[in-house]
Amino acid sequence: MSSGMTPIQPGAIDLAIASSLVLLNAGISAYLGLRMQRKMLWSATRMVVQLLLVGLVLRWVFALASPAATLAVALLMIMAAAREVAMRPAHGLRGWPGVWLSTASVGLSSIATVVLALLTVLHPTPWYEPQYAVPLIGIVLGNVLNSASLGLDTFYGGVVNSRTAIEAQLVLGATRNEALAPLIRESVRKGLIPLINQMSAAGIITLPGIMTGQILAGMDPMDAVRYQILLMFLLAGGSGISVTLAVYLAARSVTDERHRLRLERLSSR
Amino acid sequence: MAQPSLSPSGAPRLRIRNLQSPLAGPFSFDLEAGQCLTISGPSGAGKSLLLRMLCDLDPNTGEALLNGQPRAGTSAPAWRAAVVYQPAEPAWWLPTAGQHFKPEQMERVRELLPQLNLSPTLLESDIGRLSTGERQRMALIRSLACKPQVLLLDEPTAALDPAAVAATEQLLQKELAAGLSIVLVTHSESQAQTLGHRGMTMCDRRLTENGAAP
Repeated sequence: MSSGMTPIQPGAIDLAIASSLVLLNAGISAYLGLRMQRKMLWSATRMVVQLLLVGLVLRWVFALASPAATLAVALLMIMAAAREVAMRPAHGLRGWPGVWLSTASVGLSSIATVVLALLTVLHPTPWYEPQYAVPLIGIVLGNVLNSASLGLDTFYGGVVNSRTAIEAQLVLGATRNEALAPLIRESVRKGLIPLINQMSAAGIITLPGIMTGQILAGMDPMDAVRYQILLMFLLAGGSGISVTLAVYLAARSVTDERHRLRLERLSSR
Repeated sequence: MAQPSLSPSGAPRLRIRNLQSPLAGPFSFDLEAGQCLTISGPSGAGKSLLLRMLCDLDPNTGEALLNGQPRAGTSAPAWRAAVVYQPAEPAWWLPTAGQHFKPEQMERVRELLPQLNLSPTLLESDIGRLSTGERQRMALIRSLACKPQVLLLDEPTAALDPAAVAATEQLLQKELAAGLSIVLVTHSESQAQTLGHRGMTMCDRRLTENGAAP
């Protein structure tokens, strides 16, 4: 904390006061007949319990400072993100190939990005220091998940809707890569749009969450900005790798070695 | 009608043995160079499934040989470039018809357009502005521009007026005389008589030679 400011720690009463805003939302829902009040209160309760539990687990992992515990937490987070990537698109691969695809794309991209940052930019000692590794992998996973699921949603939807056009190219002797190339490009593009929006808007339209959190916690704004810039670059790398990997693996999975479309491998959600 | 001939290797142009999928077959037949095999039968009998299997677009088992060369030893894109399938409703994936052709195909395309009563200006038109019949004839040109050895046609004149049907049949006769082999799915008896050297009927996903005992 280079500014020397004392961070203000919100207490239980402060949180209770803030929670009145959720109650206000529930009230609006009841008044307008939206029937969302129970869902709203349940989600807020879930969020509080989940975050308290995560806080306790992280405190325990930070105290342990063991590579095995850090790896276990990272793997759990990756598996949860991979499940989301497999479930979010309107269509998905049936069975284990779907799980394998999302785990490979999310896992490889986030691990590669975070390990690169730990080894070459941040240099904590030891390099797997959980206080750095776990939050980094968390923020990278959030973005990687969005990019990969958006890319896959576009790709699977496109394959289903453009089946006849893709097959029309295959029957004239096109390879599966040639026939799927426009859709692959479009899907990767869609997956990268949120990241580009995020980078373009950072600092002008929005103050990014991490930076805001660090400023609130007492960090000098310029130090917080440097962290945020570093994070944005990591997110760019992670998102790009994950959506590209996910879409290319999906393209292989919905075709076979005889360059046929195998849409029976997909199921609708 | 020109008579079909054997390929230089002595093997038939296309040899099919026990070709089947869980949905149809087994199918076995030979097709010589310059020969047209017509296939008729009720809708849903499996005619399109057979054509898709012949061009290896759906998973299948059995043997398929082109000029004596087994399909298993040929890459799928190379097989489909030689055994071209034109579905009943051909699809397009680029804005204009002309964009679907490679530059080296254009000479052949310009040669084929007038034979099917199509104006060259249609190449520049938005594909959505072409009539169903124009798109169907343009699809035939797209298939022929690949210079296939076997052409698999699924009701290629279904959306055409009588003059366009006659032009299409005339062009196909010319291609047969030049050695192209055709498997033609048609509901038109007169077309089967005009173009076909052999006729088969598909019923309940089984193929029988016309005139043969079922």
